[in-house]
Parts: sequence; structure tokens; C-alpha cells
Amino acid sequence: MSPMNAQSQIEPPLGLILELTHRCPLQCPYCSNPLALERAHDELPAAIWLDVLDQAAALGVMQVHFSGGEPTAYQALPRLVARAADRGIYTNLITSGVTLDRARLARLAEAGLDHVQISFQDVQPDSADRIAGYAGAHARKLAAAARVREAGLALTLNFVVHRHNAQRVPRMIELGEELGAGRVEIAHVQYYGWGLINRAALLPTRAQLDAVTAAVEAGRARLKGKLVIDYVVPDYYARRPKACMGGWARRFINVSPAGRALPCQAAETLPGFEFPSVRDRSLAEIWQRDPAFARFRGTEWMPEPCRSCERREIDWGGCRCQAFALTGDAARTDPACALAPDHELILAAVAERPATPPAFVYRRMEGTQPSRTASAVITSK
Amino acid sequence: MNQARSAVLDSTAVPRFGVGVRFRYDQTRAAWVLLAPERMFVPDAQAVEVLKLVDGSRSLAAIVDSLAARYAAPAEVIAADVAALLQNLSEKGAIRW
Ligand code: SF4
Ligand code: SF4
Repeated sequence: MSPMNAQSQIEPPLGLILELTHRCPLQCPYCSNPLALERAHDELPAAIWLDVLDQAAALGVMQVHFSGGEPTAYQALPRLVARAADRGIYTNLITSGVTLDRARLARLAEAGLDHVQISFQDVQPDSADRIAGYAGAHARKLAAAARVREAGLALTLNFVVHRHNAQRVPRMIELGEELGAGRVEIAHVQYYGWGLINRAALLPTRAQLDAVTAAVEAGRARLKGKLVIDYVVPDYYARRPKACMGGWARRFINVSPAGRALPCQAAETLPGFEFPSVRDRSLAEIWQRDPAFARFRGTEWMPEPCRSCERREIDWGGCRCQAFALTGDAARTDPACALAPDHELILAAVAERPATPPAFVYRRMEGTQPSRTASAVITSK
Repeated sequence: MNQARSAVLDSTAVPRFGVGVRFRYDQTRAAWVLLAPERMFVPDAQAVEVLKLVDGSRSLAAIVDSLAARYAAPAEVIAADVAALLQNLSEKGAIRW
């Protein structure tokens, strides 16, 4: 098959993740935003986002995820939701919930919002607020979740789990039931960006991981047909990596607040890439022809052991950003894979996990004192 | 064929799409799709015909009767298939009873 045929056979993207802003009142130490956060004055104007949504619908995007930072901090959000809904795209709001008051929610529901996902830091208020770095956050989230259900919208509770809250997963699932959620996501921290800086403070033990997995399985059995429970495992105890984003540039386009299109939200950390901007390139052109999107798409780029591995089209060689963050080379097999030549990096991190966790490095605009691994990430920009 | 419907499904039960679940035709893929929070299903042709009859007021029996009349097939056979399909989608959160 000629490369041109291969190009024309690229399937349309399923999902579009719009990081409308990096502004957020919270400071989660595992935030998925990059270490170098984009400023408010660099944010795209609504007119460009509206155009991006039109293009996305034409390209075949089925779901749009309004994300951030805190997407409700972006003034024109209701207009964007209305446009996406009007174009037949499923709309999902990914929010911390702390600023989701009744008036705001009513505007979003009226605009045609389909689903709200609220992130929770814990079920124990003092611990939740400490992790979020925001006093009173948990109580506000509980109130917001109740309002989402009152407005008749679908609700997901997202819990990011780690060594400080892993033991409370059974209670997290119960909270989902109590608040009328249709879906609960139990997601272990992913150790990129801020999560990597805070790895020693967050990494659970193997026993904690096993208990969380058992709690998720018990919850699924008990709530079958009532509540969907999604589970994201941590790479650090896995034998095989996850198919990050369903494979590089296979399912998703992520757009940063300033308009850079990325195959995943951590991709901006990768050196040697010039990611295209939606300010001057069409979404279709980016998806079908951009070299940064093509770079790790499919299996052609793979080194051994991936190249001849039977799982190469299941996990697509794992996460490129994790490979880069840990080895300095984005084109290596994800060290999370037990077959990877660099797997000892993962084993060493587990072995070096301190008995007493260090303090959190909170996610802040003004940045942080970079640790050794993180400085590679920062200087790459 | 009541056994085939599993204990929870009686024929008067009314299936509906879960909150936040949308069943729509996608022009790009030329296919019906079922969209739900963080999920997308592409039902096969048979499932599409069933899902088009899910409106939150038709009972399971009414859906089966309608399909049986249209395809001139025995209701028992259709009932088992329809129940299995809807039960499966209910475990995935797309259908609620
Ligand atoms: S992870 Fe926390 S800090 Fe980061 S955007 Fe979400 S709520 Fe804000
Ligand atoms: S060798 Fe590569 S393709 Fe095979 S399981 Fe590991 S990461 Fe996946």
C-alpha cells in the first residue's frame, strides 16, 4: 500500500479535548496540565473555538470534552457548548465543580450540555481540601454534584487515587451512588508532569493497589446495571503499558488554551516537535497531514521489542510522554512495559518509594522548584 | 420464552436511554451511534432497529411485537434477542429500566 493510501485511510477522530484555560482555583499535585502553564492573555478568543467546533463536526468528531484548568473560568463556555450541541457533538464538561453555581449550570444545561464530570480529591473533606490546596473545595463539589442531578444532567464523579486516599475507594463508590452519578471513575495518578514531580508523595504500595482493584471489582458486581465504574490502573505495577489516548493520534485531538493541537495533553513536553496551531491550520489538515501527529501514529515508528510484539496494535507501545520523561527519548518502548529495555527505571521508582511521603509540590502558575526528572521536562520547552 | 429474558426483565418493563445517552445518526461514518459519558457504541443493523423503538414509553413486549410484525418472525425468538441486547446495554449504562 502506498503511503498516500495509508494517509487517506486515517479514521476520523472520535474525541476533541479543548483545554479552554489553564486557570484553576485548585492546585492538585497530580494535575495533568503541563508544568509551564499558559497565561490568560494567551487564551484563544471564542470566535476561534466556535470555528474549531464547526470543523470538528465536519471532520467526524463525536464527543467534545471541555476541559482546562477549570473550563467554567472561560467566559464564553455556554456559547461553545451550544455550538457543539447544535452541530450534533456530544458535550462533556470536565470540571473541579467549585465554581459551578446554579446560574452557571442553568446556562450550560440550556445550551445543551450532555454530561458533567466532577473531579473529587477524596471523600474525607479535610484530606480532599489538603490535596486540592483549597479550603472548602470538597463541600462545594458535593453541592455542585447535587445541582447537576437537579438540572437533569448526567453526572460522573472522578476520583484520582494514590497513597493518601486509596483505602477509601469503597466509600468513593458509595458517594457516587448517593449523589445519583451514572458513572464513577477511579483513576490512579498518572506519573507525568506534576504527577511525576510528586511521585514519591503519591505512589501507592502494591498492597494498596490490590485493595483498590478488589474494591472496584466488588463495586462493579454490586452495582451492575445501576452505576458504571471505570478504572484506570497505575503503570508502576503493571506488566504491560496502557494504550495511551487509544494510541498516538488515533482517537483524540487535544487543543491547548493558546490553540496548539496535540495528540495528548502531555505531548507539549516532547522535544523536537513543532505542534500546529488551530489559529493557522485546519483541524482536518492537522489530523490528516501534520508530521507531529503522524510521528508516532500506528506501528511504523516502533523499536523492538514493540515492532515484533503481538500487543503492538493493542497498547501501541504505551505512552510516548512517559518514555520521554523517564528515558529522555520519546521513541523508546514505554518503560512501564516489563519487556522494555528501560523497565528497571519503573522498578527502581517502586523500590525507592519512601515510607514517609514528602510534602506535595502544588500545581501553581508561578512554577516550581524542578526536581531532576522534571527539569528535563521544563528545559525541553 | 420468559426464561430467556432473565429474571429482571418482565415484558411490561419499559426501557429508556440512560441520562446523558444519545442515539443519533452520524453522517461522517454513515452509521447510527450510541453516545454516552466517555463511551461510544456502534450498534449493528439489528440492534439499530431495536434502539429506534426505544422511546421511554414502549414496553419490551410492544417493541417485540412491532419487530415480529415487521419481520414476520416468531415473537419468542425476537424477544430473546431483544432482551439480551437491552440487558447487555443496560450493564454498560446505556439503557435503564
Ligand atoms: S487536576 Fe486539579 S488543579 Fe489541575 S485542572 Fe483539575 S482541578 Fe485544577
Ligand atoms: S513490547 Fe511494546 S507493544 Fe509489546 S507489550 Fe510492551 S509496550 Fe506493548
